[in-house]
Amino acid sequence: MNLVTISGPPSSGKTSIILKTIQAVQNRGLKVGVVKFDCLYTDDDQLYEKAGVPVKKGLSGALCPDHFFVSNIEEVVQWGRRQALDLLITESAGLCNRCSPYIKEIQGICVIDNLSGINTPKKIGPMLKSADIVVITKGDIVSQAEREVFASKVSSVNPQAIVMHINGLTGQGAYELSTLLYDEKEDVLTVKGKELKFSMPSALCSYCLGETRIGDDYQLGNVRKMELGEQNDG
Amino acid sequence: MMDEKILKNMTLDDLLLRYPFVGTYLENNKLDIEGFGTMTFEEYLNQFDEEYVETWAMDKEKIENDLLVYILQMLSFLGLKAEQTVRSITILPGQDKVGQKETFEPITIRSGDIVSIVGPTGSGKSRLLADIEWTANYDTPTKRCILINNEVADTKWRFSSSNKLVAQLSQNMNFVMDLTVEEFLELHAKSRMVENVNQVINTILESANQLAGEQFMRTTPVTALSGGQSRALMIADTAILSTSPIVLIDEIENAGIDRKKALKLLVSSEKIVLIATHDPTLALMADQRIIIKNGGIHKIISTDDEEKRILSELEKLDKIVGNLRHNLRLGNRIDQTMFV
Ligand SMILES: Nc1nc2c(ncn2[C@@H]2O[C@H](COP(=O)(O)OP(=O)(O)OP(=O)(O)O)[C@@H](O)[C@H]2O)c(=O)[nH]1
Ligand SMILES: [Mg+2]
Ligand SMILES: [Zn+2]
Ligand SMILES: [Zn+2]
Repeated sequence: MNLVTISGPPSSGKTSIILKTIQAVQNRGLKVGVVKFDCLYTDDDQLYEKAGVPVKKGLSGALCPDHFFVSNIEEVVQWGRRQALDLLITESAGLCNRCSPYIKEIQGICVIDNLSGINTPKKIGPMLKSADIVVITKGDIVSQAEREVFASKVSSVNPQAIVMHINGLTGQGAYELSTLLYDEKEDVLTVKGKELKFSMPSALCSYCLGETRIGDDYQLGNVRKMELGEQNDG
Repeated sequence: MMDEKILKNMTLDDLLLRYPFVGTYLENNKLDIEGFGTMTFEEYLNQFDEEYVETWAMDKEKIENDLLVYILQMLSFLGLKAEQTVRSITILPGQDKVGQKETFEPITIRSGDIVSIVGPTGSGKSRLLADIEWTANYDTPTKRCILINNEVADTKWRFSSSNKLVAQLSQNMNFVMDLTVEEFLELHAKSRMVENVNQVINTILESANQLAGEQFMRTTPVTALSGGQSRALMIADTAILSTSPIVLIDEIENAGIDRKKALKLLVSSEKIVLIATHDPTLALMADQRIIIKNGGIHKIISTDDEEKRILSELEKLDKIVGNLRHNLRLGNRIDQTMFV
């Protein structure tokens, strides 16, 4: 089984791209399944189900979805193997700009869209910077100039990535992506012992642990204070 | 040529002097080097302590390797820009949706040529375009092959993000950035590493205003442009700034823009122009027309003398309709004299 992890900001087009790409992979007679990781809610599983794709979802609730991803990925891989999948795709809602679900030696793809604003590539951290492939969507509704500017920003924060432009509505470019996702020589039996491409902050503060009261007296552990200038600067 | 060793020994000041575009890399990666110009990049990165690196998700090793990759990419981009690399593309036959062999003779399209593509929605126009963009080498569902300059294409066309083979213009495209025309063009020019930014902005603005029915200015916000003005700006900008040698146009409505001049501008910029359209005027402006059916190229028609004659009749008609539209907009009554 091959494993591919896909991440990207909310509504950037991940599911659209994955569905179109799966069609092309299925045409080669391969069996594909998807696991969706999100925080509070998703109905992506229904979209995959409707397309006849075996699917599971995991909601992280109070946790950062990427932390939740690492804690569950081994079980997810074993699920995929039990389903006898040739290709298992994980879709993660990239809600935390500090974390990313990419694993060393496993292909990591970041999906971002042309509408998200010119500074988005600068704002997103490891999710974009350590991706192997960056897919840019929604090029059908912005100008050529904006596509070129956006792509150049992406390249400047991750010059080593393959950058692809895919239209999530028509699927133009999805076939091409599909050719990069499956390698028959590859077989992932387990991800046990593999490492994340980028470490996630442990960052526990009192509030992570359930504190609700405000004030210095209640703040323990990892506390960072904003710099707001002189105390009497008003 | 730049390599790892040279990069290791250069100070940041020297690096920026030799490769000004490194500034963009530093800025987009949020690396402020003010006061550190005499350090090498490695020394600069090493002065960040572990806490900083952890908090701001910095990957020193990758940032260092990436800089070299980035410099090499930009140098090759500048090199490619200097030489006009794509002089022609050739489409070799493959098969349609049901596996039937395509029977057309290989078609070669040279820079400066205009070719239209017609066929019902879903017939395979996007697939043909995707084949061109991906420089298909018998490895796509249509089993077609695309040659560049009569040779099997370099795979760089597939993966390079700064050197896309095809630029696209379509009816659905809009400007979404909150910038004036000038700021917008400046941003684009800088991303294409143009040296004479101001001059290029002038040229684009002038060309765009020649295409547009109504004039606009440097200070106009791009989101405030009319449909015709937007299209005129997009075309002028693509003709002059985009390095993609092929331009695909997906319909241009015949309102607020001089389509003939627009095509002339693209052709004079040595572009290969493909137009997906069902508009007879636009389709006949092409030298050749590719007819798509059932996922395959059904046939290729050269625009002959009779079609060219019909085209000039059509252009007269278009002019009349344009004039009527203009009068309507001015609030005039339409009368018989406008109909000649
Ligand atoms: N115009 C246009 N719309 C697109 C494109 N790709 C996706 N969309 C639309 O964008 C919206 C979000 O797409 P999704 O595929 O659900 O995005 P997602 O990243 O999976 O979203 P979440 O999983 O909810 O974070 C949908 O309405 C899509 O139809 C594209 O290339 N062009
Ligand atoms: Mg989704
Ligand atoms: Zn996180
Ligand atoms: Zn916390």
